[in-house]
Amino acid sequence: MTNVDLQINTGLARKILTGFIHTEITRTGMQRAVVALSGGIDSAVSCYLAAEALGAHNVLAVCMPYRASSSDSLEDAQAVIAATGVHSLTIEITPMVEPLFERFADMDNVRRGNVLARQRMVIIYDQSAAFGGLVVGTSNKTEILLGYSTLFGDSACAINPIGDLYKTQLRQLALELGIPPQVIHKLPSADLWAGQTDEGELGFTYAEVDQLLYLLVDQRYKPEECVAVGFQEVFVRSVVERVRRYQFKRILPLIAKLSNRTVGYDFLYLRDWGT
Amino acid sequence: MILNIALAQIHTVLGNVSANLEKHLILVKEAQAKGADLLIFPELSLTGYVLQDLVPAVVHRPKSEDPVFKPLLEASRNIDLLVGFVEEDTRNRFYIAAAYLSRGAVLHVHRKVYLPTYGLFDEGRFFAGGDAIQAFDTPFGRVGVLICEDFWHASLPYLLWLDGADLFLFTSASPGRGLNTGEQLESARWVDHINRAYASLFTSYVAHANRVGFEDGLNFWGASSVYDPDGDLIIRGPYHEEALTLAELDLNQLHRTRSRLPLLRDERTNLVARELNRILASRPSGQ
Repeated sequence: MTNVDLQINTGLARKILTGFIHTEITRTGMQRAVVALSGGIDSAVSCYLAAEALGAHNVLAVCMPYRASSSDSLEDAQAVIAATGVHSLTIEITPMVEPLFERFADMDNVRRGNVLARQRMVIIYDQSAAFGGLVVGTSNKTEILLGYSTLFGDSACAINPIGDLYKTQLRQLALELGIPPQVIHKLPSADLWAGQTDEGELGFTYAEVDQLLYLLVDQRYKPEECVAVGFQEVFVRSVVERVRRYQFKRILPLIAKLSNRTVGYDFLYLRDWGT
Repeated sequence: MILNIALAQIHTVLGNVSANLEKHLILVKEAQAKGADLLIFPELSLTGYVLQDLVPAVVHRPKSEDPVFKPLLEASRNIDLLVGFVEEDTRNRFYIAAAYLSRGAVLHVHRKVYLPTYGLFDEGRFFAGGDAIQAFDTPFGRVGVLICEDFWHASLPYLLWLDGADLFLFTSASPGRGLNTGEQLESARWVDHINRAYASLFTSYVAHANRVGFEDGLNFWGASSVYDPDGDLIIRGPYHEEALTLAELDLNQLHRTRSRLPLLRDERTNLVARELNRILASRPSGQ
């Protein structure tokens, strides 16, 4: 089995990403950021980077626990808040989502998870307006490629500093940033129901899939070449199919073209247009 | 002869030429105050880089009656300038261009020949490619200007060398990419390697101005540099931060290096022309 090297220069990543956050927020005329803080490593990294880029007093971390969320999550989020010195707010979402769950008693875990993620999106965007800060995203490259997120839910944000780092690389950056060890080393979880873990739900570990994705996406290996270097064929096929199937989560909604100039096709401007 | 060269690695406002012009004029004053003879700005320094559909809205012609070039030409009475802009020709084609201004006149305009249209780049969609390469005379000797992808191809620096350039002025808006354990991003390391190589192979000065800042998710890494005819680094600006970097170029070093290492004297240009013609004649077109 080939050992794929996902090591990065974390100091360089830190410099680029804090520069990115500072530039992309201040060029809009704003100074502040809001981050949805779950207690996990991804949102901790985004929160640390935002605090370093903008100053802790310009960052609001919002914790949004649900009744089934683990108590560790809230404690870990509090540790991040204490360490960074950012503003914080805890908003319990249970009373907001329970009426919907009661209305549809047959709702499965996937639907419930999506409702939780979208309820959090509603709150973080409201706090964005209230605090006067842009929403800094918390989705990493692994979950973006695997489509392991809720559309218009946890993937919703204004800018995402960590979306080009695999989970394996985020752990390295988290060490560089001095994030509390219990946040870095716990099992990744969407924390949607008791005992849920990402790796349990996905059926493979981040360490495995990050190596495979790196070969497929970054190094442009063909699937059969990944098998040739030692990945299980079933695993390779399932990941390739997952990446394809969830492309819709990575793009804006399709617009049916009728005119000569259509948003998304031949009306092309960066978001930074004019700034 | 000493040439004091200044490299302005700036962040630009995307599509706002007047804001960028203002920054140019501030840096002109700063470079002049620091004794610079020549100030070079990065690729598309007056417009920003990922212009897409903004291209037709930011075009200028390097003429004294142009509202952007008028103050720049005025400023060039005291200090030579190389600025990056979008040029519209008389038939309304748009080029990524760089204009060398000296003593109130335009000495040369280079139109970017190689437009990267792959990976994250889409220049060929929005711009026409230049179709000429020429060195030109300045108060500091004969100079060759290339823009970013132009000097990723060995042929263009080579042609400029044969056309008499002893000082290469390279400009770019190079998006940083390729994060691994290295000290620099892969793109930064690669450009550094080739600039050192051109200075060494052509026993010439190579000055490179690269922009900084961000456009959407793209970072530009700066680290503008000058290599001398021995291939040694004279100066390098900071990575990822705005800076005005100055260097003193002793142009007599060309004499000393070429006395030791007469690569230019021994270059067999007729052989190159003969073999190139043979190669082009002997293969089917398009290969």
